[in-house]
Amino acid sequence: MDIIINISGALFLLIGSFLCISGGVGLLRFPDFYTRMHAVGVTDTLGAGMILIGLMFYSPDFLTFSKLVIILLLTLLIGPTTSHVLAKAAMHNNLMPKLQQEDNIKETSSSNY
Amino acid sequence: MKLHTVCLFLNLAAFWLLNSGHNTLLILLLGLASILLVLVISHKMDVVDHESQPLYLTRNIFSYYLWLTKEIIKANIVVVKHIWLGNQSISPTLRTIKISQKTDMGKVIYANSITLTPGTVAIDIIDDEVVVHALLKQDIESLLAGEMDRRVSQLER
Repeated sequence: MDIIINISGALFLLIGSFLCISGGVGLLRFPDFYTRMHAVGVTDTLGAGMILIGLMFYSPDFLTFSKLVIILLLTLLIGPTTSHVLAKAAMHNNLMPKLQQEDNIKETSSSNY
Repeated sequence: MKLHTVCLFLNLAAFWLLNSGHNTLLILLLGLASILLVLVISHKMDVVDHESQPLYLTRNIFSYYLWLTKEIIKANIVVVKHIWLGNQSISPTLRTIKISQKTDMGKVIYANSITLTPGTVAIDIIDDEVVVHALLKQDIESLLAGEMDRRVSQLER
């Protein structure tokens, strides 16, 4: 029983670290501000989530476990809020995203701005 | 109003007990005192209502969370795949999407779910339209199909 908990905890930590590294690589690799924000979304949600779940397997008592659950819920609430605020601030300062199709810009500007 | 107060009290008590871990009489009494202080202050501020304690959501929210977790895992796999495939494989798209939610709470849940899913970020809400930036064109198309919109609208009732 002990060995199963150990191995599954380690597996979750490993996947979480891989996702966090992928998020970092995407942050450096993607072309503009908005696409980079999507890469950070990976680190935000499943990267941090997997690491916290992996740590839950190693928690010695119920109190530590519940604190990890509270931290997980907090990250899941804060992550989207901060990304939304960042994106809105960038949009208000007229940073237009690089888009693939030009007709997308016209469509949005005619219906909205 | 009474129900919301009781619910806030239970939440605060659980939060205190889970965070402190000390079960001596003095610490428990101090906890009770601070919970009562918070209750008095939040009543004076008039914030104890259906907006801060959305009890009507609890019926359906857990099945929604399960579905959302599944969607987040799927979207994560797609985004990580495109991170390693590089810049040529992505197709950034900006679009306004109509939303059908009536209440503020529904709109917030929908926009937050869009942002929580990697690959799509809700930038702004104007009346009943939300501006979404997506990493891939398919993401926008799956949002336009309206599966998430329908599920959030179900929560509202």
